[in-house]
Amino acid sequence: MENSVIVKLEDIVVVYDDEMVLKKINLDIKDKEFITLLGPSGCGKTTTLRIIGGFAKPTSGNVFFDGKLINDIPPYKRHVNTVFQKYALFPHLNVFENIAFGLKLKKTPEKEIRNRVHEMLELVNLEGYASRNVDLLSGGQQQRVAIARALINKPRMLLLDEPLGALDLQLRKEMQIELKKIQQQTGITFIYVTHDQEEALSMSDRVVVMNGGVINQIGSPEDIYNEPENAFVAKFIGESNIIDGIMHEDYLVEFAGQKFVCVDKGFAKMEPIEVVIRPEDIRITEPGDDTIDGTVENVVFKGVHFEISVASYGKTWLIHSTQYTAPGTFVGLTFTPNDIHIMHKSNTKNVMKSLVDEGEENEQ
Amino acid sequence: MNNKKLRWLALPYLTWMVLFTIIPLALIVVFAFTTRDGNFTFDNIQHAAKYLPVLVKSVWLAALATVISLVIAYPLAYIMSNMRLNYQNTMMTLVMLPMWMSFLLRTYAWMSILETNSGLLNSFLGLFNLGPVHIMNTQAAVVLGMVYNYIPYMILPLYTIMVKIDRRLIEAAQDLGCNTYHVFRKVIIPLSFPGITSGVTMTFVPAVSTFVISQMLGGAKNYLIGDLIDQNFVSGGYNPHYGSAISLLLMVVVFICMGIFNQFDNEEMEETLK
Repeated sequence: MENSVIVKLEDIVVVYDDEMVLKKINLDIKDKEFITLLGPSGCGKTTTLRIIGGFAKPTSGNVFFDGKLINDIPPYKRHVNTVFQKYALFPHLNVFENIAFGLKLKKTPEKEIRNRVHEMLELVNLEGYASRNVDLLSGGQQQRVAIARALINKPRMLLLDEPLGALDLQLRKEMQIELKKIQQQTGITFIYVTHDQEEALSMSDRVVVMNGGVINQIGSPEDIYNEPENAFVAKFIGESNIIDGIMHEDYLVEFAGQKFVCVDKGFAKMEPIEVVIRPEDIRITEPGDDTIDGTVENVVFKGVHFEISVASYGKTWLIHSTQYTAPGTFVGLTFTPNDIHIMHKSNTKNVMKSLVDEGEENEQ
Repeated sequence: MNNKKLRWLALPYLTWMVLFTIIPLALIVVFAFTTRDGNFTFDNIQHAAKYLPVLVKSVWLAALATVISLVIAYPLAYIMSNMRLNYQNTMMTLVMLPMWMSFLLRTYAWMSILETNSGLLNSFLGLFNLGPVHIMNTQAAVVLGMVYNYIPYMILPLYTIMVKIDRRLIEAAQDLGCNTYHVFRKVIIPLSFPGITSGVTMTFVPAVSTFVISQMLGGAKNYLIGDLIDQNFVSGGYNPHYGSAISLLLMVVVFICMGIFNQFDNEEMEETLK
């Protein structure tokens, strides 16, 4: 994707009530891409979206749209439309009037409005619902009206704030596919905010992982999953085993009391690092010299796979396997050099601290 | 909850309503259409119709007071609904505060403020060699008294409706291209219509039938329909038959006014939606 940059966030800082919500965010959003801001609640993703939409002002830093500074441009003058969390449909207007809202403001001719609303209703599969009262629609239908209401204005960019949060799992999956399809059909840049990592991975061209007002990693879903930059990203995206280790030299790492060949390089000699291994990358074999050995503690059937925990010298490993292994079995764990992902420790410390802080906050 | 079982809870109010609303209303109708001897007659109504100019004046002044109240109360209610919660409560108390004092006392206070010769207002203006202004015993004084006394009844329903408006709807409107004016016209006003309707009703109805305000601030020239009714029951010219007929006429006029208002309401609403 070599499209031009449509929105540029430069050193964005937001302070609310003495609390720093965003700490120097820098982000380039390219034209026509589907980009997702992913992170736990309170990480600053919605604030970032509101800055782009014009509903929040950065305390410092600049927002550029097509290279022009738009810090002081009010929302109604931006070529951006939003699908709000919980939709925010106008209760005093029916489906047609909700969707036509933006066009009527622009004094579009009656006939064109009618045609375009019907096009939109078709796009979101709501033909025949034009005169319905929006309060009587299901969550999924309201969602579609909200999307149609935003898209009809032909924005350069669509902002979506956890749009599927209120829907049940089945509907959410359907809407994910549909949203992606709509995005491809219309060629509009989508900026999508979610805390659901699966949603982020399955829809996005690029994912921006945020935590504590900081961007942790930007990359394709594959990159984010396979090469997490730090323990927060690794933990937040999917399940993972994170182990302390030492990088002996390029391509050689030591953890769990053994040395392993890996594919990473560029670390300092004997640098303390952290290793991420995804549960599905670990295979269970006979115990041996170059395996990590341990006892199966627990097996849970998850449908597609078994979730197996193996205790080995004080560390519990999580393994996803289609093969059943009985609890109590003494097994060996093995993986390929490709499956070992190595992260700088310094990257991790702050993040882990904020994870702990957040945990404490949640407990309170 | 079982509604049928709890129906008897409505009984106290039902009794109250029959005793103190339905029966008196029926009595008024009976009195309005009978002579002193109890014979059926239209004379009372004909007599009451002679006071039509007073009725028109009452409706006019009450309508004026209602419009002024709405114009003052609407922005205030909107600003209040956007304040922090503890400020909202303080504002609410301030709005209600005058209602904790006697209605009569408040109106007397206005008398001593507006008095032409020794009133507070003119004494104050006199310090700057201005005035005196003659407000006392004018229609302006009556309207002022109405606005002052009834504005809380306008603010309350407006505020109650406005705090319920979802702030995201306003953001959604801005997002779809509304500037501040359009946000009001297309979203806030239509959504606060129920508040406008009940505020107007709660202000207009007591204003149109007031007699204390007009007697005390309006003087003899500005007798309103309420004063006439008062005269026929309490003061010198005791005649419950005339009084009832005038009351009945007033009721009909109020009904018609509210009907027209609601009609206008619906049209306005539809207009806004276009």
